[in-house]
Amino acid sequence: MIVAESLAKSFGSVVAVADVGFTARDGRITGLLGPNGAGKSTTLRMLYGVLSPDRGRALVDGIDVAAAPRAALARLGVLPHNAGIYPHLTARENVRYFGALQGLGGPGLEARIDELIGLLGLGDIAERRAKGFSQGQRLKVALARALVHAPANLLLDEPSNGLDVLAQRTLRALLHALRDAGHCVLFSSHVMHEVAALCDEIVIVGHGRVVARGTPAEVGSSLASGSLEDAFVAALDSGAAAAGEPAAGGDG
Amino acid sequence: MRAWLVVFLKELRENARDRRTLLSALVLGPLGAPLLFTALMNVTLERSQQRAVQPLELAVAGGRHAPNLVAFLRQQGAHVVPFAGDAAAAVEAVRARRQKIVLVVPANYGARLRAGEPAALQLVTDSSDTSASGERARAGALLRGYASQLAALRLQARGLAPTLVQPIVIDDVDVSTPAGRALLVIGMLSFFIVFATLMGGLYVAIDATAGERERGSLEPLLTTPVARRDLVLGKVLATCAYMLLSLALTIAAFAVCLGFVPLESLGMSANFGPRVALAVFGVMAPFVPLGAALMTVVASFTRSYREAQSWLTAVVLVPTVPIVFAAIYQVPTRGALMWIPSLSQHLLVNALLRAEPLNAAHVALSAGTALGCGALLALVAARLYEREAILG
Repeated sequence: MIVAESLAKSFGSVVAVADVGFTARDGRITGLLGPNGAGKSTTLRMLYGVLSPDRGRALVDGIDVAAAPRAALARLGVLPHNAGIYPHLTARENVRYFGALQGLGGPGLEARIDELIGLLGLGDIAERRAKGFSQGQRLKVALARALVHAPANLLLDEPSNGLDVLAQRTLRALLHALRDAGHCVLFSSHVMHEVAALCDEIVIVGHGRVVARGTPAEVGSSLASGSLEDAFVAALDSGAAAAGEPAAGGDG
Repeated sequence: MRAWLVVFLKELRENARDRRTLLSALVLGPLGAPLLFTALMNVTLERSQQRAVQPLELAVAGGRHAPNLVAFLRQQGAHVVPFAGDAAAAVEAVRARRQKIVLVVPANYGARLRAGEPAALQLVTDSSDTSASGERARAGALLRGYASQLAALRLQARGLAPTLVQPIVIDDVDVSTPAGRALLVIGMLSFFIVFATLMGGLYVAIDATAGERERGSLEPLLTTPVARRDLVLGKVLATCAYMLLSLALTIAAFAVCLGFVPLESLGMSANFGPRVALAVFGVMAPFVPLGAALMTVVASFTRSYREAQSWLTAVVLVPTVPIVFAAIYQVPTRGALMWIPSLSQHLLVNALLRAEPLNAAHVALSAGTALGCGALLALVAARLYEREAILG
C-alpha cells in the first residue's frame, strides 16, 4: 500500500506540488491522471524517495520513505519517467544488475530473471546487448528490472509513453496480472482513456492538488456529467480556481 | 555480494565493452605517451650530440683581407666558407636565416693591423636564433683566441713576457654535458605517466556519472535500496581499476621505448629495468584514487556527457601543472613538497630514474597525502550523490 499524506514540494519559487494526498491500496490499480506539469512526476518522485517533500509524508506499507528510505525502497518497484537501460549490457545483465543491488543472487535470481523473461516475452532479446533496442523492448527490460525483487508495490511514471498498441497491450495484461496477485500498482498518465480502461481508482491531479478521486464511474458521476473527459476538464478548472494561480511547475 | 562490489563489477564489465573507454585506457595513453616521449628524447639527444661533434661552419666575408686569420680558423678545425657580399649583405643573410653566423673582415683590416691599431671584425649573428647559440659561442672563442695569440706575439717582439697582460687566468669548469638537456626531458617522464593514467579513467568516470544521468539510468539506480555512498564507492573504484591498468601499461611501454633512446651514448644509463618499473608503479599508484575521485566529483557537477568531457579534459591537466613547473625549474626533492600530490609522485619517480636512494619517510608522506586527498574527494562525491540535484 502506498500512501501520500498532503505532500508538497517547491523548486525555488515554483510550486510543483501544493497538496497531494491519496491512498493506493493493495490489489488495486491506481491511476494518477493529470495534464503535463500537474505535478504527477514530482509526486511520484517523493513517493520513491529521490525527492524529499517540503511538507507531508510518503508511506510504503506504512514505512516513512524519508525516515527509512532503504526499507521503503526494498518494498517498491519503480519505473521512472523515460527510464534508460545500459546499452553495453544484455537484457539479462541489465535485470541481473538490479537484482544484485536488491540483495538477490545465485540460482534464485537466475530463476526469477527467467520467469520475468517469460512473463514479458523477452526471450528473443534476453542475451542481446541493449544498444539498438526499440522503445518497447527497452520498456520491457526496465519493467523486468523494476519487478526483479518481486516488490509488493509497483510505481510507474508514464509507462505507456511512446509504446505501440501491442506493447501497450502487454503492459496492460501485466498490470492486471500483478493487481490480481494482490500487488499495489500506482501509475501516472496524461492519457485519459488509458486510465479509464486500466484503473480501479483514479486520482486526478491539477496544479499540484488532487481535484477528484474515486472509481472511474464515481469520478464521472460526481461532476454530474456523463463522461470522464468532461469530468477531467471540469476537475482541472475547479483545481485552478482553488489554487488561485496559473499552471504549476514541474515536468509532468 | 556487497552493493559497492556489485556496482564495481558492473562498471568494469560495461566499460570493457565500450570502445571509447578501451581506446583511451589501453591505446591512447599507454602507447601514445611513450611514443611521443621517445620521439622527443631522440630529437633532443640528436641535437645536443650534433652540436658537440660537428665542426664549426663559419661563413667569412672578405676573407682575402685576412689570410692569416682564415688559416688560423682552419687550423682550429673550423670549416671556413667564403661569403660573397659586404657587411650589409651578411646582415641580410643572417636576418633571413640563410646563414647562422657570418664573420665580416673590412678592407682596412690588414692596414690597421700592421699599424698596430685595433682592427675591427664584425661577427654577424641573430641572438634570437637559439639553434645558432652554440656556433656563436664557438666562433667568439676562436676569435678571442686569435687575438690573444697576436697580442702575445707583439709583446714578445718588444721583449716583454706575454703573461704580463694576463694577471688572471680563468679556467672554465662546465659540468654540464649534452646529457643535461636529456635529463630535463627525462624529468617530464612523470608528466606523461600522470597524464596517461588520468586518461585511462576519464571515460569511465564520465560514463558512471554524467553518462548514467543522460541515459536515464541514474534515477532507476537511485530507487534501489542501496546507500548512495556504496554506489559512488563502486564507481570510483571502477575508475581506479582502469587507471591502474592504464598506469601499468604505460610504465611497461616506457620500459620498452626507453630501450630505443641512445642514452648510453651520453654516458647515461636507461635506469628503467623491471625493478625500477615496479617501484615507479608503487610510487604512482596512491595517486590513482585521488585522480579517480577528482574526475568523479567534477563529472557529477556537469549536466551532460559532452559537458563532462570538456570539463574533464581540462581537469586532467591540473595535476600535471606542478610537474611541468618542477621539471622546468628543476625543483630539488624536499620533505615539504611531499605534501603536494602529483608533485611528490613526480619527484619520487625522478629520484628512481636517477637511481637515487628513496627516502622512506618521503614515500610514506607522498602516499599518505595522495590517499587522504583521494578519500576526502570520494566523500565529497558521495555527498553530491545525496543531493536531490544529482538527477539534474
